[in-house]
Amino acid sequence: MADQPHKVASRPLSPFLTVYRWPITMATSIVHRMTGVGLAGGILLLAWWLIAVASGPETYNDFCNIVATPLGQLVMFGFVWSLAYHTVNGMRHLAWDFGYGFAVPTANRTGILVFLLSGLLAMAFFILAYTGKGGYYQ
Amino acid sequence: MSLETPLRKAQGLGSSHSGVNHFWRQRVSAVILIPLTLWFAVSALGLVGAHEASVLYFLSHPLNAVLLGTFILTALYHMALGLQEVILDYVPHEGAKLLLMILNHGFAFAVAAACVFALLRIAVGT
Repeated sequence: MADQPHKVASRPLSPFLTVYRWPITMATSIVHRMTGVGLAGGILLLAWWLIAVASGPETYNDFCNIVATPLGQLVMFGFVWSLAYHTVNGMRHLAWDFGYGFAVPTANRTGILVFLLSGLLAMAFFILAYTGKGGYYQ
Repeated sequence: MSLETPLRKAQGLGSSHSGVNHFWRQRVSAVILIPLTLWFAVSALGLVGAHEASVLYFLSHPLNAVLLGTFILTALYHMALGLQEVILDYVPHEGAKLLLMILNHGFAFAVAAACVFALLRIAVGT
């Protein structure tokens, strides 16, 4: 082997992100971390909203106008979905911490469930908001 | 079989030198955040499109102000623990790691201070 240094390509590859078929559990784990980091930005939005409320009607209206833009609504949907996903998948993690749901078929099923449920919750929030079912604290 | 010395085993701190401290604090804050997140989602939906006066009225209720404060502070604590884990996983350079750890906690404390200030300002009404 020592006299054939160019044959290294035939070595087995380490299962890294780019050379690996993504199992559901891997996707849920990566997305959990991504939404967690994203929610660090989400809490900035919440802080911005709270400071705007405390600063007076003009500042608050500026905040509302920015959030009402298409980009603002997209960011808000990302925030709501991330919060839904991180919460629902977080409960899945807590169940694992108690030793439940570790079997591979179960973990796969709950993984799909987390994606579906978080998507449904985020869409439900926006459908309720857009159909005037929100805003009950007026 | 363990390669740990009896003293190490008795201390129970492992290679992290802090045992399950970080893990446990992350889970405790996670459990606290579940009902608070539900309350926050219901409240946020109720305040969609609200005028400033409606938001002020909502936050003038002590329960709402305290719950929002608890939600924000617990979330920031949970965030700092989580981001610390991400930094330790992906940043091998000691200097960069230390800098990011300081920024992470500084960010959490700064946002916490700003939110508490805003809540107090609303409560006092100036």
